[in-house]
Amino acid sequence: MKFLAARRRSPLAAVAMLLIALIGIGAGYAVIANARPAEAAAVASTETQVEQGKRLYLEGCASCHGMQSQGTSQGPTLVGVGAASVDFQVGSGRMPMAAPGSQAVARDPAQYTDDQIAAMAAYVASLAPGPAIPTAEDVNFESADAAQGGVLFRTNCSQCHQAAGQGGALTQGKWAPSLMQAEPKEIYEAMITGPQSMPVFSNATIPTQDKQAIIKYIDTLQTLPDPGGLALGRLGPVPETVFLWTAVFAALIGVAIWIGIKAR
Amino acid sequence: MTATSPVEQVGGGVATYVDQRTGSNKFLARNLGKVFPDHWSFMLGEIALYSFIVVLLTGTFLTLFFKPSMAEVLYDGSYVPLKGIKMSEAYSSTLDISFDVRGGLLLRQMHHWAALIFIAAMSVHMFRVFFTGAFRKPREFNWIIGVALVTLGLGAGFSGYSLPDDLLSGTGLQIARGIMQSIPVIGTWMAFLLFDGEFPGTEFISRLYGVHILLIPGLILALVTIHLMLVWTQKHTQFPGPGRTNDNVVGYPLMPVYMAKAGGFFFVVFGVIALIGGLVTINPIWIFGPFMPDQVSAGSQPDWYIGWLDGALRTMPNIESSLFGFTISWNILIPAVVIPGIIFTALALYPFLEAWVTGDKKEHHLLDRPRNAPTRTGIGVMALTFYLLLWVGGGNDIIAITFGLSINSIIWFLRIALIILPPIMFIVTRRICLSLQRRDRDKLLHGYESGRILRLPHGEFIEVHQPINAKEMAVITGKTDIAPLPLPAATDADGVRNKHFQVKKLRAKLSGFFYSENVALPTAAEIEAGQHHAAHDAAIEAPLHAYEDADQLNRAHGGVLHHPGMPLTNAEQLAEDGGHL
Repeated sequence: MKFLAARRRSPLAAVAMLLIALIGIGAGYAVIANARPAEAAAVASTETQVEQGKRLYLEGCASCHGMQSQGTSQGPTLVGVGAASVDFQVGSGRMPMAAPGSQAVARDPAQYTDDQIAAMAAYVASLAPGPAIPTAEDVNFESADAAQGGVLFRTNCSQCHQAAGQGGALTQGKWAPSLMQAEPKEIYEAMITGPQSMPVFSNATIPTQDKQAIIKYIDTLQTLPDPGGLALGRLGPVPETVFLWTAVFAALIGVAIWIGIKAR
Repeated sequence: MTATSPVEQVGGGVATYVDQRTGSNKFLARNLGKVFPDHWSFMLGEIALYSFIVVLLTGTFLTLFFKPSMAEVLYDGSYVPLKGIKMSEAYSSTLDISFDVRGGLLLRQMHHWAALIFIAAMSVHMFRVFFTGAFRKPREFNWIIGVALVTLGLGAGFSGYSLPDDLLSGTGLQIARGIMQSIPVIGTWMAFLLFDGEFPGTEFISRLYGVHILLIPGLILALVTIHLMLVWTQKHTQFPGPGRTNDNVVGYPLMPVYMAKAGGFFFVVFGVIALIGGLVTINPIWIFGPFMPDQVSAGSQPDWYIGWLDGALRTMPNIESSLFGFTISWNILIPAVVIPGIIFTALALYPFLEAWVTGDKKEHHLLDRPRNAPTRTGIGVMALTFYLLLWVGGGNDIIAITFGLSINSIIWFLRIALIILPPIMFIVTRRICLSLQRRDRDKLLHGYESGRILRLPHGEFIEVHQPINAKEMAVITGKTDIAPLPLPAATDADGVRNKHFQVKKLRAKLSGFFYSENVALPTAAEIEAGQHHAAHDAAIEAPLHAYEDADQLNRAHGGVLHHPGMPLTNAEQLAEDGGHL
């Protein structure tokens, strides 16, 4: 212990202690946060999927959506929203909401396992008919036309999600999220269920084929390189302005000052 | 004949050859030695000039490939996500420039960045001229030319932004047309005339093209020429400093010093533009898509210089009224026509307004330090605050989503701040300027505070003041004090009514508003006395330096180094100084 004792009054000792403490707390939190309740698998075998879903619903959702899913002042009714809604909202981590706010925030990872989400979706679907979770075939966009999807995207989506799918502001602190991380199934579900402020784009408005084209275009945007260099978030003039008045002008005025100083 | 190098022989030969045919030697001898004063802020206008040259060069390249036509074509270029889509020829040729013309994207991005820098540099240059009072007699015309250049710059920029016919430019044009239509009586007719019918029509891009590549650049070139000729004949203003007066110019000659500096700076500006043109995306039109009147993108913004107008539109409450069955859209008319109209008129007329208010008819070649014109500086900061708040309003949606705010809260904050903040900034700025003037006066009268505290033998503590150096003295005393105009008499000595009494009274009051609180420079005698005082401090401190050579540590005195024979107590000190300090 002589090594430590000799150094405990060093000015760096406090910094080192702080670092060790922070790492310790961070590691401890990471372990606790990732520890999922392990009870689901044990109980699942003795109850049906819908029963499991109802149990999970009563535990985690009923306080806002009501014991009969009839809706309360805190949350809307879930009768008729369909399995796709549950899969989208819970699967993207938006539900259950951590705190009341202008809009549910997507969280990664989701708060429930895939089996639990499927159970809750089955329960909500059992209440009344509603949009079903899209099949792998529904969201298969391989053969779709990206250019046509681009036209549909700019006509139907870009006024909120921005032409590059970077998201945009809505009223009262709400927003249309960025689509840069969105998966095909999520996009499809969002279109058929209309989460948060989004309108429903049913198959009567946008047929499945067109939905696949839109998904293909979003996928294209997600993987598109930026031939012009640094993309500045693909947000257009506002970040360009910020870049101009900070980096570019700092450089030019810096050089002007340098030339001015040399003269004295 | 003395021996000359071959270079000199050839140079001399060429110069003589040209001179015999053009008489150039006399002209060059007179002008190459012209002296320019030196200050970094005098180079802001140069940035504007150089970036304009880059805009012209890159723009010329773009005209070789751009097709200003709204004819509909099916895209068949190499950008796959738009293949087979209907679009205008203008948009498709811009895509070709970006993807299929060698070096096209680099030059297009350089053109756009250089245009943004051009207007930004003009604006900052204008702030410099305003805050230093460089617009005063005899440079009022050049100020107006400058305001015209900024206005033309906005026109050049907006017309260029609108040409590619992408989703952003079409959205911008739609707003521009809406603004036109908001003008009572003539608005609708004007919009129909310019667009040749309904929006978007088929003519507008080709009409705008002529404006963008011929009319506006031609006007800018002509005005820049006059602007620079006036600077040449009127000579450049200079900041106050040693040897600088209202009647001379202290600096370096054009040849070789400024040739090298300005030439070098041109290449730096060119290099910076080329660098960001190659490394940083600007206006990625392929992502925005072709313009369709039924489409719009969230986060649609104009380029930075139109941002304040967009902000005014976004911030204005939604007010409309109906007059004789016609709708008057105040919500568009006021922010997009009335406010810019007032701002640009006030900007152009400011030199005349200030000269009238202050009654100042003298020529000014020596610049004001902003603190020495507190009311003008206050007005400038007030206007700048108003402008910046509108500017923030233009990006309100991006700010809302970036910082997790409510767009409604931002709009309401701006509505209130636009009325409250500018006057507050005026008062604060003016007070700061006046305080700085007082500080300057203190420096003249008492020297500057050296930060060294001295304890005198009898116990008093003083801070040693030191006289300011000659350069600072020249800078501070370079100020000209202008007395506010006296209040006019209502009647003259014979009791005849003064016909212009009301106007003159207003003028005297405004003049007082400008100058009554000004902190006048102390007289030469006062300065002399003040410097003497500082010298006295130094004299008191002088014996201390002797302690630096002390050879003995006196324990009784708390460890002070002490010379043998120097006084140890107050009594000894008093005795030595003959009873007084």
